[in-house]
Amino acid sequence: MVEKRPFLNFLAHAVLVLGVLIVAFPIYVAFIASTHGPTDFLSGLIPLTPGDNMVNTYGKMMTDGMASAGMPPLSLQMFNSLIMALTIAIGKIAISIISAYAIVYFRFPFRGLAFWLIFITLMLPVEVRILPTYHVVASLGMLDTYAGLTIPLIASATATFLFRQVFLTIPDELMEAARIDGAGPLKFFWDILLPMSRNNIAALFVILFIYGWNQYLWPLLVTTDPSHYTIVMGIKRMADVVDSQPQWNYIMATAILAMLPPVLVVILMQKLFVKGLIETEK
Amino acid sequence: MAAITLKSVGKTYAGGVNAVRGIDLDIADGEFLVLVGPSGCGKSTLLRMVAGLETITDGEIAIGGRVVNEVEPAERDIAMVFQNYALYPHMSVRQNLAYGLKNRKMAKEEISRRVDEAARILEIGAFLDRKPKALSGGQRQRVAMGRAIVREPSCFLFDEPLSNLDAKLRVQMRGEIKQLQARLGTTSIYVTHDQLEAMTLAHRLVVLNGGKVEQVGTPLEVYRRPASTFVASFIGSPAMNLMPARAEGAVAHVGAARVQLEIPAEGAMTLGLRPEDLRAVVPGTEGALHLKTAYVEELGAQRLVHGTVEGTPFGCAMPSDAALADELYLAAEPGAAHAFDAQDGRRLG
Ligand SMILES: Nc1ncnc2c1ncn2[C@@H]1O[C@H](COP(=O)(O)OP(=O)(O)O)[C@@H](O)[C@H]1O
Ligand SMILES: [Mg+2]
Repeated sequence: MVEKRPFLNFLAHAVLVLGVLIVAFPIYVAFIASTHGPTDFLSGLIPLTPGDNMVNTYGKMMTDGMASAGMPPLSLQMFNSLIMALTIAIGKIAISIISAYAIVYFRFPFRGLAFWLIFITLMLPVEVRILPTYHVVASLGMLDTYAGLTIPLIASATATFLFRQVFLTIPDELMEAARIDGAGPLKFFWDILLPMSRNNIAALFVILFIYGWNQYLWPLLVTTDPSHYTIVMGIKRMADVVDSQPQWNYIMATAILAMLPPVLVVILMQKLFVKGLIETEK
Repeated sequence: MAAITLKSVGKTYAGGVNAVRGIDLDIADGEFLVLVGPSGCGKSTLLRMVAGLETITDGEIAIGGRVVNEVEPAERDIAMVFQNYALYPHMSVRQNLAYGLKNRKMAKEEISRRVDEAARILEIGAFLDRKPKALSGGQRQRVAMGRAIVREPSCFLFDEPLSNLDAKLRVQMRGEIKQLQARLGTTSIYVTHDQLEAMTLAHRLVVLNGGKVEQVGTPLEVYRRPASTFVASFIGSPAMNLMPARAEGAVAHVGAARVQLEIPAEGAMTLGLRPEDLRAVVPGTEGALHLKTAYVEELGAQRLVHGTVEGTPFGCAMPSDAALADELYLAAEPGAAHAFDAQDGRRLG
């Protein structure tokens, strides 16, 4: 669509700018709010120009947290979130790439059944199986641990399915050439399949990191000890204070900080991410 | 270097497809053997059984005197060139060549000596550090050959390695493969559906049909004495004319036309005449083949006249200055007639 009509050009840009404004405005408001002192919100109006309390607000939240809401410092919560997001992303990728490898390249009994079982679990997101999963995790004594926070979320039919599709596009001759070159199953996986799936792994990592970072319901259920709180559930906890005004400046600072790491991951891995989604040539 | 022996080799795929049946072959050390046949006749299956990529469900394959039925591909001392080249896309050309050697735990110096040597032979030295994606089809083809050469195997296996190239490059690479094989003296099995490629490359041809050997012989033997109508119509271009005829004594009758046979035969038969073994005679000559022209193809050196003789499609090759007419009278060169059994198509005599 290479059209040289000024009006269409203008329209296209107008739509884009409008879109950006709609998405960016709430973030702007949140950021501005986080730079004001706690008293600036009593009027009920959120100010639209920067305040002078930014260093103070962020400093306090990072190092002290908010004792009145039972909140540990944000640095700890962000660390917990990071552990959780990384473990889930890396764990999901590792498990699903290995299961996809088995399903595509090995002829074992009940291979089709295995594939369909994995595929069917696509229909069961965390929220549906959350009570039985909670029961299992609780019985195993994994409440308030990183393991309990991450392991139940690691199994992934979506990622397995995606890697299966990627492997199916790799010609059989490549595997045969590798066999003649003396590469056994592990070497083939490590030397050929893994590097060839690099872009897909990167794209999936971005998606899964954000998925893990944004988990809300599950950490809320399995953590009762503040030292294992994650930042996303922390935001909600701060807004739920009893018998007093929510401290919007702190809440918004937390929200901004919670947004940063996923944004960073997207920006840093943007090139690989896009390649992984659009690349077809193998 | 090694001889390869196939003893009543057969392959039945898991689904019950009987792709290859009872193949017996002795391939001499240093021989260039070409498996040729139409698509689906089991050429690739047979080659892949030699490579170890398919299990051997019947019979026995030996390479250099060692039965390899249960031996892994990497241990068979073979190298294979695939139709789509199967280069590792994430590795540079150098890494592609070196990968198999590295897996064999070969010393670094020896690997780089062999890679450089192969690069020199194939003239791919200039792009050793490029990825396959940045190479043309012909260059990829060379790299695929390079990967086979560096292993210094006792046998090369080629599965239609030229079919992804354009016509001009195909002819050029064909010549290079032939010279390379002659220089290295490595036993080679080459699969193709292109009879011209088969004729030009082979020391010996194996014509396959429906999973069975139809004929084995040097290109000239197969061309001159095709063992069946199948081989006759497959080898040689333009294809041999085949038509129903009636033999009396050593003469074949096609309508009013008569063609002298090499051997005595009686009754119904199939007569084979190569288009290039015919010459025009004076119109109305007694016993000549009467060709009704449909169209003419100019090849430059020759012109191919297509039409029908007694209702059977028929072609003949004429000199490029031959007069054209709606009707041609043709006679066969002496000794040019091929006689085949009318029922099973086997060669008579
Ligand atoms: N993996 C397979 N499973 C079942 N049948 C196969 C398989 N591969 C090939 N065939 C069948 O075996 C026959 C020979 O195939 P192939 O050796 O590839 O033929 P060619 O290389 O001569 O074209 C064909 O009929 C094909 O359909
Ligand atoms: Mg084939």
